[in-house]
Amino acid sequence: MTRRPGEYAMKTLFLVCGLTAVAFVLLITGYLVFSGLPAIRRVGVAGFLLGDTWDAANPEDPRFGILPLLLTTVYGAAGATAAGVPLGFLTALFLAKAAPPWLARLVRPAVGVLAGIPSVVYGLVGMCVLLPLLRERLDLPAGDSLLAAILMLAVMILPTVISVSEAALEAVPREMEEASLALGATPVETYFRVTAPAASSGVAAAVALGVGRAIGEAMAILMVAGNVANMPSLLGSVRFLTTGIAMELAYAPAGSLQQQALLSIGLVLLLFVLLVNVLLSLALKRGKEGG
Amino acid sequence: MAERIILSARELDFYYGHTQALRHISLDIPANQVTALIGPSGCGKTTFLRAINRMNDLVAGARAKGSLAFHGREIYSPDQDVIDLRRRIGMVFQRPNPFPMSIYDNVAYGPRTHGVRGRERLDGVVEQALRAAAIWDEVKDRLKRSALGLSGGQQQRLCIARALAVEPEVLLLDEATSALDPISTARVEELIASLQGQYTIVMVTHNMQQAARVSGRTAFFLGGELVEAGRTERLFSMPRDKRTEGYLTGQFG
Repeated sequence: MTRRPGEYAMKTLFLVCGLTAVAFVLLITGYLVFSGLPAIRRVGVAGFLLGDTWDAANPEDPRFGILPLLLTTVYGAAGATAAGVPLGFLTALFLAKAAPPWLARLVRPAVGVLAGIPSVVYGLVGMCVLLPLLRERLDLPAGDSLLAAILMLAVMILPTVISVSEAALEAVPREMEEASLALGATPVETYFRVTAPAASSGVAAAVALGVGRAIGEAMAILMVAGNVANMPSLLGSVRFLTTGIAMELAYAPAGSLQQQALLSIGLVLLLFVLLVNVLLSLALKRGKEGG
Repeated sequence: MAERIILSARELDFYYGHTQALRHISLDIPANQVTALIGPSGCGKTTFLRAINRMNDLVAGARAKGSLAFHGREIYSPDQDVIDLRRRIGMVFQRPNPFPMSIYDNVAYGPRTHGVRGRERLDGVVEQALRAAAIWDEVKDRLKRSALGLSGGQQQRLCIARALAVEPEVLLLDEATSALDPISTARVEELIASLQGQYTIVMVTHNMQQAARVSGRTAFFLGGELVEAGRTERLFSMPRDKRTEGYLTGQFG
């Protein structure tokens, strides 16, 4: 034991704070596993994950197949990532390296505000602006669609992708870029061949956070996706894993199979986000070894 | 043997915004020799070095006045191709700054940038550059491993190899040994000595013994001015200017 009591007390406090975060992770994971497994066991893993009909509220013939929801979440997150990550990464590169200072001073706070907009406000704007636009342009009856949700999610992950990538790109030592320039590489070549690879782990973290946000978002897409548990199609009404929980939880009787199945969806969501993180860090490791 | 002048400054002034960093520099740098630029911190020697390959362009508000010519062509003329200039005038920095990639890719970076393609050609260029930088034997079995795993001295020789791989005519060394231990410094000095004759080397150094050991010619800068330049032996043994003598004898620094 240390001789200074104040020192000891602070160290203990730090330890407790550190363990609190871990405790919450364990608590939530533990709860989801315990309460999510019974429904999966009753429906069967294959029936639950691969069943193509979700109709949990039907009193006569309830169906608990989450494949439509699962696929919608996969497509939605993938679409949002495909659109949002390149845009966000290039914005970050611009802000960190290429932008004239006055413009960066203008864009950076705007990105901050984008991050701070409540998701219900995103949803509102999406409903009032995006949906009518889609209806008109694509000649759809409603406009509520996977496409609308993807566009919303792409915008919503932008601030995360931009700010985390920018921090990673800023951290690349100036001397490393100078070495490239001194070899006769152009600034743009330098950004893509030296700066970006040097920042790759930070950029991967940005992507993982962005994907996580896209998978986990519920409110905004609840308002633009239509929420019918169809097998996903780009212009059709779809229901995500998150919106599935949000829509039904209030109506599911306590202790019912429906409620348990919603908890199982929560477990699937959690595992999904973990999977994305693991895959990204594996890809990154392999990239490093191969490079 | 008549000396061929490859770089020539005439009445060169250099400014960072309103601050004048160089005043009326007139200096000829002969080809295929080592020229050392010495002087106390802030004397302008690094500004002069970075003016040669226009690395100063990266500083906002930097501008040159007067003449600085490479093979008789104005370096700061508007139609100067900076990319081509930097390919012909390589640079090694104070701190080793290898890219976070393999040893091979570090050396191949420059040639690839300038369009060298094909496995065999690149292999040849990489080996030749690593041999010229006297590091081939140490790294030949781990070319695919990360350059960041090398020691500081090895990293700096790798950076020299990387600069040599684009086949420059001039090599600028910006205090290239100041971050290295004495043994690594000695190896880099040997390397510099072995490269003269093939390359024109301009080196900034804080270390006067190093200038005396390695260079054929020395230029002494003070307060943004060139005080004196000449053959290293002569300048160190019989300085013409009182200020040079004062600096060499450690009266200020």
